[in-house]
Amino acid sequence: MDLIFSLIINGLATGMLIFLLASGLTLIFGLMHVLNFAHGGLFVWGAYAGVFSYAYSGSFIVGIIVAILTGLVFGFITEKLIITPVYGNLVQQILITLGFMLVLQEMIKVVFGPNVVAVKVPELLAGSWQLGDIIIIKYRIFIIFFGFIIFGLFHYMLTRTKIGLVVRAGVMNSEMVQALGINIKRIFLVVFMTGSALAALAGVLFAPYSGAIYAELGMEFAIMAFIVVVIGGMGSFQGSLFAAILVGLAGSFMAYYVPYLSLAVNMIIMVVVLIFRPQGLFTTAKG
Amino acid sequence: MMESLLKLDNINTHIGQYHILQGVHFEAKEGEVSVLLGRNGAGKTTTLKTIIGLTPATAGSVTFLNQDITKKPTYDIANLGIGYVPEDQGVFADLTVEENIKVAMRKENDESKEKLEYVLNLFPDLKKFWKKAGGNLSGGQKQMLAMARAFVNDSKLLLIDEPSKGLAPIVIEKVMEAIVEMKKQTSIVLVEQNFYMASKIGDTFTLIDDGRTVRHGEMKELIEDDELKHKYLGIG
Repeated sequence: MDLIFSLIINGLATGMLIFLLASGLTLIFGLMHVLNFAHGGLFVWGAYAGVFSYAYSGSFIVGIIVAILTGLVFGFITEKLIITPVYGNLVQQILITLGFMLVLQEMIKVVFGPNVVAVKVPELLAGSWQLGDIIIIKYRIFIIFFGFIIFGLFHYMLTRTKIGLVVRAGVMNSEMVQALGINIKRIFLVVFMTGSALAALAGVLFAPYSGAIYAELGMEFAIMAFIVVVIGGMGSFQGSLFAAILVGLAGSFMAYYVPYLSLAVNMIIMVVVLIFRPQGLFTTAKG
Repeated sequence: MMESLLKLDNINTHIGQYHILQGVHFEAKEGEVSVLLGRNGAGKTTTLKTIIGLTPATAGSVTFLNQDITKKPTYDIANLGIGYVPEDQGVFADLTVEENIKVAMRKENDESKEKLEYVLNLFPDLKKFWKKAGGNLSGGQKQMLAMARAFVNDSKLLLIDEPSKGLAPIVIEKVMEAIVEMKKQTSIVLVEQNFYMASKIGDTFTLIDDGRTVRHGEMKELIEDDELKHKYLGIG
């Protein structure tokens, strides 16, 4: 029982990190129909900017704030310079965002150095609790808690505020949103920047979780996020949460029980979903 | 003499490599229901989309309230006071009726609340299904929601694309009644294949064929001209 509990905590924590990365990706794809491969680059920039400012200031909160700001600024630059010229052209989007991903990755090496950076868990969140035979690592609980808070905030924003309704409407039918007098390009920019900030936030939270960060990390995580977006349904925020937790738990259990399948399990889930429900588990249909 | 509200002058529109509109001339006057008629594929829907800026004209001009709107973005055109009801209704399927209307409402003040009340009295079904998802409404209810959404702001002109399409005759009657009621407050440009409906509520007509305007006039002229109806609409 204690083993199962530990595997669930591990799976949920990993799932939450993937969710933060995938939620931005799914909103960007759902609303703007943009396949943004540079998303992983924003994840790794968030990790580095956050970790270095955490080390400099001694405060993890400062690290989180700097990571979010980095995501917002990079998101603004990416949307304006990289995405805007290729709206509507999927092939160009894939090529240019993949290229930009590599640029972001190499820039990390130029600015922060090419070596792996070790990261400690903040003092307040370090250590574990013991419940009988069960050891609960505090930082993992923090990530799960944080992930649910972010989900709650965004769920509230998407369902209870005007801008949230506009974003959801835009995912379903962006032409109609414009015909109702709303400047969809401005909404695109806000969503892109928000998605980028979520990716950067995932990066800075991931750093103490894994204990080390390196420039190539972005691509590895971005692939996982893409799988989650496909499973959850492109454009679905709840779908991303569900699929991320599913992928996190499956990875955690497989790594223990069938280790040689642990890397393949995400792909297997995606293939099964694509066969039986190609639009994803949660979908937003056009009106 | 009624004021000219909207004027299309020699409109040409391309969609990709296709030259869809090749010279559409058209004028809508204040307080009128102007009907665009023509066979399938004649260019009626593209004409509406060109007015609202979704498929902008490549040549010619669109003037609304003496202002050139040919190159304006769609949201600017809508904010000038043009409401649009597309052929597929464009209802946001996952949003409730309330949320669909909320997205459309540009202001939230006493005046807009009054307008909303008026619109809900016009379409009482919407009040009944206020919390129901747009995607779960019937075809007629979706049509009413789409019209309410376009009408809830102070639109000076409504562009309505084939409101009778796919609806049962009894629902078509309801939609017609609503359009007649809306006409008291706004002008309407209507694309309609159903000649019975067009002739009942239209004041003027414009016949479009192969992307060109071929005739414009009072609706009663068309009703009496069997040859014209036969040639361009395949009826009469």
